[in-house]
Amino acid sequence: MSISIAQLNKRFGAFNALNNINLDIPEGELAALLGPSGCGKTTLLRIIAGLEWPDSGRVIINGEDKTQAHASHRGIGFVFQHYALFRHMTVFDNIAFGLRIKPRRQRPAESVIRTKVHTLLELVQLDWLHDHFPDQLSGGQRQRIALARALAVEPSVLLLDEPFGALDASVRKDLRQWLRTLHRELHVTSIFVTHDQEEAMEVASRIVVLNKGKVEQQGSPSELYDQPANAFVSQFIGQTNVLDSHNHQHWLQSIGLGDDAHPGLVAHVRPQHITIEKTPTGLPPSIVLKDWQHLGAITRVELTGTKPDDGLPPVLHVEMPSEHFKQLQLFKGDAVNISIKQVQWFN
Amino acid sequence: MKAHSIIPGFYPTLGYTLFYLGLIVLIPLSTLVFKTFELSWPAFADSISNGRVLSSFRVSFLTALAAALVASVFGGIIAWVLVRYRFPGQRLLDALIDLPFALPTAVAGVVLATIYQPNGVLGKLLKQTFNLKIAFKPAGIVVALIFISLPFVVRTAQPVLQEFDTSMEEAAASLGANRWQTFLRVIFPNLLPALLTGFALAFARSIGEYGSVIFIAGNLPFVSEIVPLMIITKLEQYDIAGATAIALTMLLLSFALLLLVNLLQRWVRQRSGQL
Repeated sequence: MSISIAQLNKRFGAFNALNNINLDIPEGELAALLGPSGCGKTTLLRIIAGLEWPDSGRVIINGEDKTQAHASHRGIGFVFQHYALFRHMTVFDNIAFGLRIKPRRQRPAESVIRTKVHTLLELVQLDWLHDHFPDQLSGGQRQRIALARALAVEPSVLLLDEPFGALDASVRKDLRQWLRTLHRELHVTSIFVTHDQEEAMEVASRIVVLNKGKVEQQGSPSELYDQPANAFVSQFIGQTNVLDSHNHQHWLQSIGLGDDAHPGLVAHVRPQHITIEKTPTGLPPSIVLKDWQHLGAITRVELTGTKPDDGLPPVLHVEMPSEHFKQLQLFKGDAVNISIKQVQWFN
Repeated sequence: MKAHSIIPGFYPTLGYTLFYLGLIVLIPLSTLVFKTFELSWPAFADSISNGRVLSSFRVSFLTALAAALVASVFGGIIAWVLVRYRFPGQRLLDALIDLPFALPTAVAGVVLATIYQPNGVLGKLLKQTFNLKIAFKPAGIVVALIFISLPFVVRTAQPVLQEFDTSMEEAAASLGANRWQTFLRVIFPNLLPALLTGFALAFARSIGEYGSVIFIAGNLPFVSEIVPLMIITKLEQYDIAGATAIALTMLLLSFALLLLVNLLQRWVRQRSGQL
């Protein structure tokens, strides 16, 4: 089901948590609300779920205005960051909860509930844990149970609040993949909140970038990466070298990026848009290789200027395929020449 | 145990614990047992099967049970209000809860008797409107026992409610539960072990209570005499062995009941995976 947010505002005392939010999430999408902590992403998610109330604006789920509806009447599955499993119930009872509390006329028979819970447990690959209590499970297992519990009532929308936030790195990686596969199978409109841009890029088909209670940009991961709408998005999504034309004017001009056409603007250069080559010996070095990190397929190189007043940023990050870096046969302190393939200018 | 424990001082602390348990609890209690053995079996049976004594047992246990039940319900509600809501005078109310701990119980008894007697402020009102008499009846005993045992329930339920993860309630709501279902199926089961502990404490306190009850009970034989009063009465007649016989019986009954509550608690915890 589609979700639409219109002119949504929310204040906590003097703090403006959400500022005129407008959003459209089409049906079947797996969207990420991405932003730094305190940007209002969790508040927005909780307002959609009916766990928090907006000061003004509307929440429309599948064409119906649900702004005033109680959380229990929104048909939404919510997965909490810290799982919020019922600790006095077994895994089985946790998942069956949403079915068992239905009004008598809509409630499925106990045998139907049993079959359904076991199907869900198989879906999250934890059927063998059905008689365990939440305290006996690991974090990753708990999160999968929480997801199964939310899916049991067949929600039209699935909301996940930092679903992998409390898990360790390797479990997180597995669960991301798993969530994407699951979404492909179930096709339920889902929104998850995260502060990790890598996670958003990896899992979501659509990303909404929030900052200070405002939507900065929304679009597919590649749109956000290739055409960032502003400096915030450019810096938040992926790595970027920031060179303002005031402090680095001299150097920018020296590599052919004069500030004449862009007075007062800031240049953003992605690390992979800088190419380097070894300076022939004999010439005086202006840029030298400071350090590098081998990250598997790519190598991240740190460059630095030799003269203090040459207008170079303290460290220039460059990324290139590790194969290519090997061929260059560079060592620490070697002088290099650089050229810039692509640059974006922002205010 | 010693070889694999990372916590030091197992033997010194165990010795210390056993020593003081013996000095403070076991020696006095065993004196009670030894003193009782001065009686022959028929004399023992005689002193506790006396009609007046038997009805005092009934009064004591029933009033304590009623008081502990009422205190558990209302103490739970008070704890809920104190933890969940913010209102002016909250701190004051919170401090007031402990007052029955500090107040000499006799003072409480005198005050309660004064206001609940037929001419007292509340006594008059209750008599006129509902034709209810509280003072000098078993009902008066229950009132006094609720007064002194309420803090036990409030103070055991409060921390549990404070640490209760409210996102569990939100999860229940998002799964379609209304407030009542959320309370009944999510909040109450998590609170139950604490309420049972509070109940056990309130019950234990009520069984042994003397000071506050004596003034409001009226102490009518076969109607509103409590066991501690019977013990005092025997002591005043220098029938020490008779007094200890009643005391020992009461001790064993209380112990059995508390053990029962503990087992119940264990069962509740086990059922809800909290063990």
